[in-house]
Amino acid sequence: MRIDLEPRLNRSLALDLGAPIVALAGAILIGGIVIWLLGKSPALAFQVYFINPLLEGWSLQELAVKACPLVLIAVGLSFCYRANLWNIGAEGQFILGGVLGGWLGILTHDEAYQGVIGGWWILPTMLALGVIGGAIYALIPALLRVWLGASEILTSLMLVYVAELGLDWLVRGPFKDPDGFNFPQSVVFDDIARLPFLAEGERLHAGVLLALIVALIGAFVLARTLFGFEVRLAGEAPRAARFAGFDDRKLTLMVFAISGGLAGLAGIVEVAGQIGQLTPKISPGYGFTAIIVAFLGRLSPIGILVAALVLALTYIGGEAAQVELSLNSDMTRAFQGVLLMCVLIADTATRYRVRLNFGAAR
Amino acid sequence: MIAQQETRATPLLSMRGIVKRFGSFTANDDISLDIHEGEAHALIGENGAGKSTLVKIIYGLLEPTEGEILFRGKPMRLNGPQEARAQGVGMVFQHFSLFDNLTVAENIALVLPGDAPISALRGRILEVAERYRMPLDPDREVWSLSAGERQRIEIARCLLQDPRLIILDEPTSVLTPQEAFALFETLDRLKAEGRALLYISHKLEEVRRLCETATILRLGRKVGSCDPRQESSRSLAALMVGSAINDIQAPSTRAFGGERLTLDNLSLPSQEIHGVDLDGVSLRLRGGEVFGIAGVAGNGQSELFEAVSGERLAESNYTILLDGVSVGLRDITARRGLGAAFVPEERNGHAAAGDFSLTENLILSRHAGAGLTSRGLINFDKARALAQEVIKTFDVRKAGPDPAARTLSGGNLQKFVVGREILSEPKVLVINQPTWGVDAAAAATIRQALVDLAARGASVLLISQDLDELFETCDRIAVMHEGRLSDPRDARNVTREEIGLLMTGDGHGESAHAH
Repeated sequence: MRIDLEPRLNRSLALDLGAPIVALAGAILIGGIVIWLLGKSPALAFQVYFINPLLEGWSLQELAVKACPLVLIAVGLSFCYRANLWNIGAEGQFILGGVLGGWLGILTHDEAYQGVIGGWWILPTMLALGVIGGAIYALIPALLRVWLGASEILTSLMLVYVAELGLDWLVRGPFKDPDGFNFPQSVVFDDIARLPFLAEGERLHAGVLLALIVALIGAFVLARTLFGFEVRLAGEAPRAARFAGFDDRKLTLMVFAISGGLAGLAGIVEVAGQIGQLTPKISPGYGFTAIIVAFLGRLSPIGILVAALVLALTYIGGEAAQVELSLNSDMTRAFQGVLLMCVLIADTATRYRVRLNFGAAR
Repeated sequence: MIAQQETRATPLLSMRGIVKRFGSFTANDDISLDIHEGEAHALIGENGAGKSTLVKIIYGLLEPTEGEILFRGKPMRLNGPQEARAQGVGMVFQHFSLFDNLTVAENIALVLPGDAPISALRGRILEVAERYRMPLDPDREVWSLSAGERQRIEIARCLLQDPRLIILDEPTSVLTPQEAFALFETLDRLKAEGRALLYISHKLEEVRRLCETATILRLGRKVGSCDPRQESSRSLAALMVGSAINDIQAPSTRAFGGERLTLDNLSLPSQEIHGVDLDGVSLRLRGGEVFGIAGVAGNGQSELFEAVSGERLAESNYTILLDGVSVGLRDITARRGLGAAFVPEERNGHAAAGDFSLTENLILSRHAGAGLTSRGLINFDKARALAQEVIKTFDVRKAGPDPAARTLSGGNLQKFVVGREILSEPKVLVINQPTWGVDAAAAATIRQALVDLAARGASVLLISQDLDELFETCDRIAVMHEGRLSDPRDARNVTREEIGLLMTGDGHGESAHAH
């Protein structure tokens, strides 16, 4: 027996839109089987994971707050992946953005440097530092690739661990709150160094708006600008991109800077929004989950908006499942992994017709 | 006696009502044909007519959707090419599948069943080489061989399995005229031994020379069969295309203007292993002139295209001049800005991106000119209008208003790609293998467009392996061999034989003894 992949000549829009939905259904089915094997009720788990979070106001807000960093990172990643460049290290770039921006939050703690001109400049500068920190960190694998031909997949991934350990050292050392009873965490930033909430007493912060704006700009750039055209062409047909006169080295640096910058922005948004200080664990794996978001959203910024909400649901549902069903929190990550596999399989199935051949002519 | 007669009448291979569908697309529609022992049977038709699909079915690479195949009167069911070979069907592919860094004998050993020692194989290779007059050194590494020699490896490894039916897919497309002649002598011997040949080609002269029977395919159907020796090339072509082909109309007067493209001792080492270095290439191309570069594929033509187009920069700014401006160190966009346009050999993935719409493919090479972009934004309305203009002027057949490039047939996509460049009214057009794998009608349109462009005062540099094409369109022809360019000859005063000799390296003076 052999398996043939025949390219589909006509790819319909329905197939393109349906594929992620089928993938999601498949992942839920597999997840249900695993939960059943663990001796729990799949129906109850489905309720806890996917229905309950959608029923209450606070958890809907929480959903948007969790989706925010996923959108920011995944929009950046979509530029990389469209150009056929594989930045797997968004988690590290997220941390660097959080650290560099957070550093200013620590420096200006307790109204330091805010004397004459006030503190209005701090938050914008923190956001800018976040972008810069993520972009510079992403440029390391990009430059290694351009200069030495090193695989960006490996270097970007390994730099994640460098960033994680670096953050850990900082919050236990130079950035540690001197009055923090030796906990590994920094001081809490001043309110003026925090992202404002959209409404009094609610969870939604300004980062959610920022994510929405970034997704719209991303969609516009990809669809309407020459740079977006260059990104798409380079991924689709690299030789044609060279023929079009586009410089692939410059492009590599550009898309890595964009995706790193947005991951860094997500980092500082998380640190200055949700958390308000630096801790050893500022990300529950957003940088990796965003890879799934990018693919589930078909590498389109608008699709990413939807996909980020779906993945945010698995985070919130996963937390609820820990409490209500005493399911291990690793279940969430396992489910995310299954979902990625299903998305990739569905993608292949939309591009190709899979045929099993048993040899005999019909 | 009667039984014996019946045996002789039973065809070696008989296809009955073969249908092959890919999804909703029917590549072969109810095709039947018989091939007898000792017969050379031609399969002719334009690209996309279904020839390759049909032979892949015979060779076990594809299964028919409907219909049956009889081999010596018995139904044949194949699960892959190894079973086809075991039954006595061999195939010589158009594109060789050889390992450059292995020797001839090693390459052959790789595909033979069993594990005979190479030393024993050497003897058998030499025996086959001797018997069919195909000089072949079992110990040479493949990278050092010419295309003709590589093809002999493919033929030898096919013959070592003693096939009764040999399928040859466009075997002369990479050969010089002299190499093709030698191939025909080998094929005549195979026929004389009672082996059957299924010969795929669109070169009708060859078919007339070699084959007794021809099956003609058009759009997946069999439209006729004939004895090609009784037909003219022109009548065969009409059968293939379904209509008569126009001759190229040359301009009545030829007046050459000033120098538009100059290459001055252009040398450029190849970046690839076993690639070809450009070695002191010089030429002067005047306005109004079509200048042809002949040569067997892989003698530096693609390297030359890369260098002239600016996809790869030269080592000195002064080796390439466009309209008198030195551009050796300026990139392809800058060269386009000076009025040059380029058409690379490969349509899919080089000249065009398959999943992009035709409008986007227009932007691909013309984004810097024609006001298509301002401040980084693309003017899609303008691009769409220009794409439609190309489609209309060059009669590009397609489904839907602005389909993805990959949905077009080879000929139609090539017309679009050539039209895209020509409608920018370039002063210099550099074009590589413009009609490779293109149907005859589209090829005629493209050649006419090149001649017309030159008549409007532009210079056209035409790189081609197709001698008919070069003689039909060019004013002067030079030959590329191992990265060197011969002196140009006047196309009206040079014979095919002279060009053929230059293609093999003879007539280059010292370069003939390069190895």
